Amino acid sequence: MDLLLEGFQTALTPQNLLFAVLGVLLGTAVGVLPGIGPAMTVALLLPVTYSVGPDSAIIMFAGIYYGGMYGGSTTSILLNTPGESSSVITAIEGNKMAKKGRAAQALATAAIGSFVAGTIGTVLLVLLTPTVADVVVKLGAPSYFAIMLLALFAVTAVLGSSKLRGFVALFLGLAVGLVGTTTGQARLTFDQPLLADGIDIVVVAVAIFAIGEALWVAAHLRRKPLEVIPVGQPWMSKADWGRSWKPWLRGTAFGFPFGALPAGGAEVPTFLSYVTERKLSKHPEEFGKGAIEGVAGPEAANNASAAGTLVPLLAIGLPTTATAAVILLAMQSYGIQPGPQLLDNEPGLVWALLASLFVANTLLLVLNLPLAPLWAKLLRIPRPYLYAGILFFASLGAYSVNFQAFDLGLLLAFGLLGLAMRRFGVPVLPLIIGVILGPRLEEQLTTALALSQGDVSTLWGEPVAIAVYVVMALLLGGMVLRGLRKPEPVAEAPQGGPESPESTETVEVGR
Amino acid sequence: MLLDVSPTSHHRRARAGSRSALLAVLTALVLLGATGLSGCGVTRGSDDPSNRRLQMMIPNSPGGGYDLTGRAAAKAMEDNDLTGRFEVSNVLGASGTVAMQRLANSEGADDLMMTMGLGVVGAVYTNDSDARVSDMTPIARLIEEQEGLLVPADSPFRTVGDLVEAWKADPGSITIGGGSSNGGPDHLFPHQLAQTVGIDPRQVNYVPYDGGGPLTTALLGEKITVGTSGLGEFEGQIADGSLRVLAVSGEERVPTVDAPTLTEEGIDFVFTNWRGVLAPPGISEEQRDYLVGLLSDMHDTPEWQAALERNGWTDNFATGEEFATFLQEQDRRVADTLEELGL
Repeated sequence: MDLLLEGFQTALTPQNLLFAVLGVLLGTAVGVLPGIGPAMTVALLLPVTYSVGPDSAIIMFAGIYYGGMYGGSTTSILLNTPGESSSVITAIEGNKMAKKGRAAQALATAAIGSFVAGTIGTVLLVLLTPTVADVVVKLGAPSYFAIMLLALFAVTAVLGSSKLRGFVALFLGLAVGLVGTTTGQARLTFDQPLLADGIDIVVVAVAIFAIGEALWVAAHLRRKPLEVIPVGQPWMSKADWGRSWKPWLRGTAFGFPFGALPAGGAEVPTFLSYVTERKLSKHPEEFGKGAIEGVAGPEAANNASAAGTLVPLLAIGLPTTATAAVILLAMQSYGIQPGPQLLDNEPGLVWALLASLFVANTLLLVLNLPLAPLWAKLLRIPRPYLYAGILFFASLGAYSVNFQAFDLGLLLAFGLLGLAMRRFGVPVLPLIIGVILGPRLEEQLTTALALSQGDVSTLWGEPVAIAVYVVMALLLGGMVLRGLRKPEPVAEAPQGGPESPESTETVEVGR
Repeated sequence: MLLDVSPTSHHRRARAGSRSALLAVLTALVLLGATGLSGCGVTRGSDDPSNRRLQMMIPNSPGGGYDLTGRAAAKAMEDNDLTGRFEVSNVLGASGTVAMQRLANSEGADDLMMTMGLGVVGAVYTNDSDARVSDMTPIARLIEEQEGLLVPADSPFRTVGDLVEAWKADPGSITIGGGSSNGGPDHLFPHQLAQTVGIDPRQVNYVPYDGGGPLTTALLGEKITVGTSGLGEFEGQIADGSLRVLAVSGEERVPTVDAPTLTEEGIDFVFTNWRGVLAPPGISEEQRDYLVGLLSDMHDTPEWQAALERNGWTDNFATGEEFATFLQEQDRRVADTLEELGL
């Protein structure tokens, strides 16, 4: 405790506080802009390490990281344009809330959820860093494959009322995930070197959500009167708080372990959190129409995962995300080597970093919460101008991923796909999840099989993998039983996911 | 789904009142966009060479090896006023193939250089690209980095000899992980090593990992038998004893690592990963000499020497004929290995 207090003393010096503010602001900014992520920002700022002390630089980088995780949610909610892959899921309910005039509440629950998750995550980081790190490296590809398979299994919950349309979307997503040469063979690359690394999830999500919707609106602008988004309450109501706090905690519970796992990442926990909230919600009918739980959970999950990432980084010098890898590089350029000796060699630095994470979190909340009602007013720009802005913003984001005009073509192509999906009532969520999960599932499978030289039994060769398969079997058994027991009440869909409002509604509008 | 709200007159009034707030928000958005875009773009300066602007193209993402090398070189040149400003841009895609294509397309451009290395030489083959290294104008080789053979602390292998013995007995049983995809240095090294000790390279069981982090995880978790990689990213694990280095691949030992070279261990094989700078094809001789001179001056600056030390790079500077011959030899060697593997 004394050490942590000393850490706060270091973190709260005016200079370091300034660097924390700078980091948080920069992080939020790059999180907002699709295409530029925290990893790139930290890498571009590496030269800063030559001129400032290690604690200031690392405090700033941690601020950028946390800020980036939060910033992505703002454009997701307001413009349906996710800035980071980890806030793609936020766009689904968040933007619907904004359309109903509840943008301020969505932004607030995202901000507070990020704060709660980030704080709990940092506490867990302080407590667990010395002990868990050795355990996480024992998880191998078979375990990850099982976890990803479980995630894919959970997709059935979000397929929507028309299972056929749901599967069409899911397989489209998985097909998009196949593009690239990661397995050593060129698949669906059409001899285009620009497709060799696969298609960026941010480009797909921005195209399907933002471009698809803009085209849809444009197609209907003349036939329908212009509609205005109602002004909502500026702050979260008591009911909003009541519906948010559990998802915040559950999102944290998903995000932190996934962040700490070397191949966990921030996207899968946001998606698992969304599916869980959808199942557990007392207002399942609101999902797909702007349920606050669907924003609170995933936003908590992605921030908690950011905290989790620092566990293996600090404990054994193991970077699990691109951003963590660059932070490691920064530490090394000071001659600091993270790992078991780090706490002994540089206790001051470690505790200053941990304290600054608390500071960064608080700063994020202080900076962003008052802005929420202000941002929400953005949506009252008349539709044609608003969508022109969204198109500009989405194109800018897609372009800045690689600075290639090619990505703009890709953006338009997927935008047209998004328009077609709306027209034919195909839900977009399974597609997005397919794009996220497909490549990961495959990567773990190829690694597992390469290591076992093709012996399939390796897939259930790890205890964690077996446990996950047992859980899946139980869930499947439960579903089958429930399906058998009450075949009569047609109204209730067996997967707990009620009929997808997304698909039905779109069809209505389409006619 | 998005048109489910109805208009009311109340909201129209509210809209007018908040116009100034909106303006502020919009300005903020535009500013954000501007910061995102600054740092890219093509600029050509005046004809005065000391005032001109040069571009340095980097074939991978910020923070990667080429990026650190290219930016360090550009910074050393800028800080010593050897030239005007540098535009450093990262052109990603297909392990550097996209950047090579762009270099080839910029034929004759007198303001462009590209940082590259062994990995890019291999990538153009595995990606079937026409933009071959041999078509470009060689400027300079800057640095080299040795590969190491890494094993977990508890591995039964104490020396390279132990490893090679087991490897020869059953090539498939030795799983080798590396931080680069097919055609990259970590992939080429074990295959060429196998060839040297008399193992069919096609029997090498190589598992690519996405960089040093995942590779470290696999080694610490004992998922693979041995890892091949540059040693910079493993300093901490080597220092605390959780990973051991069986051998390094260069001609001489690495000063910071207590491990023999392959040659010392009786295997006649030297392999180093290197990085250097190319210019587009078809530039004039004066222009080439100017760029070579620029990098030679850069090589002598204290900033560059400091960068070498900070990053643990080994200086291996070469220009002109020496670098051109070296490039051709590397290109052929890589092509041979990959052909033998059927890639």
